[in-house]
Amino acid sequence: MAFKIIEGCVNCWACEPLCPSQAIALAASHFLIDARKCTECEGEFAEPQCASICPVEGVILDGLGVPVNPPGSLTGIPPERLAAAMAEIQAR
Amino acid sequence: MELKVQSPGGCASSGCGSSGDRLAYLPEAIRAKVNNHPCFSEDAHHHYARMHVAVAPACNIQCHYCNRKYDCSNESRPGVVSELLTPDQAVKKVLAVAANIPQMTVLGIAGPGDPLANPERTLETFRQLSEKAPDIKLCVSTNGLALPSVVEELCKHNIEHVTITINCVDPDVGAKIYPWIFWNNRRIKGRRAAEILIEQQQKGLEMLVARGVLVKVNSVLIPGVNEEHLKEVSRVVKAKGAFLHNVMPLIAEAEHGTFYGLMGQRGPTSEELQTLQDACAGDMAMMRHCRQCRADAVGMLGEDRGHEFTLDKIEQMDIDYAAAMTRRAEVHATIEANRAAQRQHSGETFVSLASLKRGLPRKPEPRPVLMAVATTGGGVINQHFGHAREFLVYEASSQDVRFIGARKVDLYCSGGDSCGEAETKLQKTIRALAGCEVVLCAKIGYEPWGQLEAAGIAPNGEHAMEPIEEAIAAVYRELEESGRLEPSVAEPRRLSA
Repeated sequence: MAFKIIEGCVNCWACEPLCPSQAIALAASHFLIDARKCTECEGEFAEPQCASICPVEGVILDGLGVPVNPPGSLTGIPPERLAAAMAEIQAR
Repeated sequence: MELKVQSPGGCASSGCGSSGDRLAYLPEAIRAKVNNHPCFSEDAHHHYARMHVAVAPACNIQCHYCNRKYDCSNESRPGVVSELLTPDQAVKKVLAVAANIPQMTVLGIAGPGDPLANPERTLETFRQLSEKAPDIKLCVSTNGLALPSVVEELCKHNIEHVTITINCVDPDVGAKIYPWIFWNNRRIKGRRAAEILIEQQQKGLEMLVARGVLVKVNSVLIPGVNEEHLKEVSRVVKAKGAFLHNVMPLIAEAEHGTFYGLMGQRGPTSEELQTLQDACAGDMAMMRHCRQCRADAVGMLGEDRGHEFTLDKIEQMDIDYAAAMTRRAEVHATIEANRAAQRQHSGETFVSLASLKRGLPRKPEPRPVLMAVATTGGGVINQHFGHAREFLVYEASSQDVRFIGARKVDLYCSGGDSCGEAETKLQKTIRALAGCEVVLCAKIGYEPWGQLEAAGIAPNGEHAMEPIEEAIAAVYRELEESGRLEPSVAEPRRLSA
């Protein structure tokens, strides 16, 4: 199984130096994971490194195609609370 | 290290201290360190330039005011760059800029991510530069998370200036600013993330101070989140020996794509910013001349000549750095001679302003006046009104002339045929000067002259090429003598920028 970086990657470079398998490289569009090299960090780290530092929700998929960082997981605000949080922030 | 700090009110004016030298209160060794550092000394920023090289893309935390999509050539704000450089390319660029802009004394690494989250790239750049360009000060700016682990290494490369962005010392406040950090190979979220970040920042600050490194603390003022709390931050970092506190306004626009921008968090008004800066000034020296520059800015603060030094252009340049260093030393000597002359001159004329008051019968204090200045640097009034992209705002009172801050305006005169829009842009400039009663510049056109007067701002071109604070003191004296400074309110108060 391997992780995948999809469109939406902002090319911030954070993941590239962390990969224990050197599976991540900059490509024409954005960074890409070489599926042949990716081990999902198994045996290396408790958590997959690229997905643990990626600042953008939804752009890294696990082996089953599921986003590792789903909407709301990185901002700390689940989608159903978004409108309320926005109102709160705008009242500042 | 215990630094002597000015009495309440801080000191951003040449009127406090015995001469025009606002660094006079510092120990000699520290004065020498900041004397030509534009970001650590307000006076130095009139004379010396800085540059940032964008070698550090990765970041180990998320701040709600930052969007990690940083590649943009049109925006001017921290964290934005046009091209990412390798350490070798960065070194080449630094030597090219140093040879072409001899006033450039400081090379900083400030991103676009966190320099210390990219330790190899950052330290390799420093290692090469400390060897190849020993006359350039090296400094680094960080969020502080990785700081304790690299302090030793930084000291090895002779880094004498470090900036840490500290927005809070309370994890509950931090949780509203930092959604997560990457720490020990894991993503940590919420309050615990802020707790670790704060711990590392404070530890890093203490370690640097213990090693004699000058630390500037940057804080982003976020209304409704940390404005009251920043007073506490100021007290804490000062007690630990930070040299300078720089409170900057939050930049949050939806088009920047940041969390705060998209959520509609507002930035502070200039009045809120100044009120907080004044409140913190009782605790330590405040920086008010920060322009919140890009992570690849080149030139004097407030200007960006990065486009002159793009990778393809520096490839064409053949730099003889030994020769450049000789020329740089000459230019620096000339600058220092000018500064010394300015200091001596303004010391003589300026102190007399306050001393004249003594012995005179008590009468109501004349009110303070805000004045704007157009300058390209050198500490003198030397810019055409229509060419100014920003104005420096000073407050003149019977006690002193103090620097309040810089106000950016849209350039309304490009000297070309874009006159169709000139009027609306002039109006923008006038809006940016709100609250100022005088604008001093080298020259000014007939059209803006009339509009400024109509807006209640007196244009003044009589002090071209004169030292800024001396000219402001002279204009203030004229206003006072002509009876235009009778106090309009019961209590004279500090005006806002």
